[in-house]
Amino acid sequence: MDPVTAPVPASAPTSGTAPGTAPEAAPGPAASLEVSGLAFAYPDGHQALFGVDFRIERGERVALLGPNGAGKTTLVLHLNGILTAGAGTVRVAGLPVDKRNMAEIRRRVGIVFQDPDDQLFMPTVREDVAFGPAAAGLRGAELEERVDRALERVGMREFKDRPPHHLSFGQRRRVAVATVLAMEPEILVLDEPSSNLDPASRRELADILRSLDVTVLMVTHDLPYALELCPRSLVLSEGVIAADGPTAELLADEELMRAHRLELPFGFDPRSVAVQSPRSAQSAQFV
Amino acid sequence: MGAGHAHRLYRHGHSPVHALPPHTKLAAAFAFVVVVVSTPREAIWAYPLYAALLGAVAYVARVPAGFLLRRLLIEVPFVAFAVLMPFVAEGERVQVLGLSLSVNGLWGAWNVLAKGTLGVAASVLLAATTELRALLLGLQRLKLPPLLVQIASFMIRYGDVITDEMRRMRIARASRGFEARGVRHWGVLAKSAGALFIRSYERGERVHLAMVSRGYAGSLPVIDEVTASRAQWSYALALPLSALAVCLLGWIL
Repeated sequence: MDPVTAPVPASAPTSGTAPGTAPEAAPGPAASLEVSGLAFAYPDGHQALFGVDFRIERGERVALLGPNGAGKTTLVLHLNGILTAGAGTVRVAGLPVDKRNMAEIRRRVGIVFQDPDDQLFMPTVREDVAFGPAAAGLRGAELEERVDRALERVGMREFKDRPPHHLSFGQRRRVAVATVLAMEPEILVLDEPSSNLDPASRRELADILRSLDVTVLMVTHDLPYALELCPRSLVLSEGVIAADGPTAELLADEELMRAHRLELPFGFDPRSVAVQSPRSAQSAQFV
Repeated sequence: MGAGHAHRLYRHGHSPVHALPPHTKLAAAFAFVVVVVSTPREAIWAYPLYAALLGAVAYVARVPAGFLLRRLLIEVPFVAFAVLMPFVAEGERVQVLGLSLSVNGLWGAWNVLAKGTLGVAASVLLAATTELRALLLGLQRLKLPPLLVQIASFMIRYGDVITDEMRRMRIARASRGFEARGVRHWGVLAKSAGALFIRSYERGERVHLAMVSRGYAGSLPVIDEVTASRAQWSYALALPLSALAVCLLGWIL
């Protein structure tokens, strides 16, 4: 179908404008994630992706926006090789996603799924966080330390021995993030991280995500959350990247937003938000 | 481990029995049941001795008799079957209180009743002193096929999630004025059960996806290795070994 029409910047957005863009966006190492010409059709013939191209540099936080049915989940499942592309390639830190490197790819790409009850499948928080590293062969004190560090980063260390279903929803979401952090991924992929969270849990999660020193791709409908956390956004619509640029600019482009069924919440004006200081943005968001 | 999460059969405590590694307790309980089952039913005196052995374990584990007896009630439906046996079995009959009972049936009923009760009591003691999570670790240690351990582990993890889903469906039905009042409404309940099955199946698929994404390749990694010292094994096996002595006497005498 249509080729990619939107301007795609060759590399990271202008550095320095936004917090979260790694200061050392060095040109040397390979990009955290490089997707080129990715196309995919389901076995029933329904084509979900028609040639997706983008590149995410190390340390960037990027939002993937798009209406329901745009192919966001399909795209995410290609990133760690659950689905295999019909055409095109995905590279994670230079390593192509294919059968031979599957174990390493799954370690490098940490996906946090939308429902924490799907993500947390072990009897206790500790065992769940240990699952990924243990599957990769880590044991004993090293494993224990990895678990503690991951839980520390999401502020859930004292819940280590609890069963997941005794935690609040927000806590479960944070543990879900920890299960993936424990694998020390190259890139953290979050599917609708703010869904079903109350405002306080939502803010706590934002603080945690901002404090992490890791590349983040965040799939979301929650446009204010994208603006708060991600300096750069991609718009996926009808299986192609329809736009790629600074989040504040994309959200301010009313025509673009309308064309892709993206709507800002009532009263929200992206131009009034001071992106530089996300904390003050909390209170100044709604005019 | 598992603080704050206790299944209903578990009784929190710090007795020597609680402290034993789970696989030693599992092995001991299983061996005890095997020994009891292989005791001849005519050696009636052996069974009170077995019960006394379990009583001693309960005492050491500080499990009160009332707790143990209440949990034993689960046996009742099976006992009902045993009670029928003297009436329906064939063979020589005796008169007891004006009823004609089969001698073979009486022996059979006694056999089922005594052995069943002892087996249930041993299981109740095991469950009262071992957490579910630890039981799974023990089974894993005893080399039960990993697939079975995984299934049991998912049952524990998702039991509450699915019960909750069921509760929400019930509330949704009730909110739309449904009340199950007889056979005519069973169809609705059956459809709900079907929907619950499909939802659980789909959740299973999503969980599998999440597992594969974190490097699952067919077996759960062993995160907690349970080990037992020689002394712990000998404490645990004291129960089946004393029972074995009783059993052997039962065959000789």
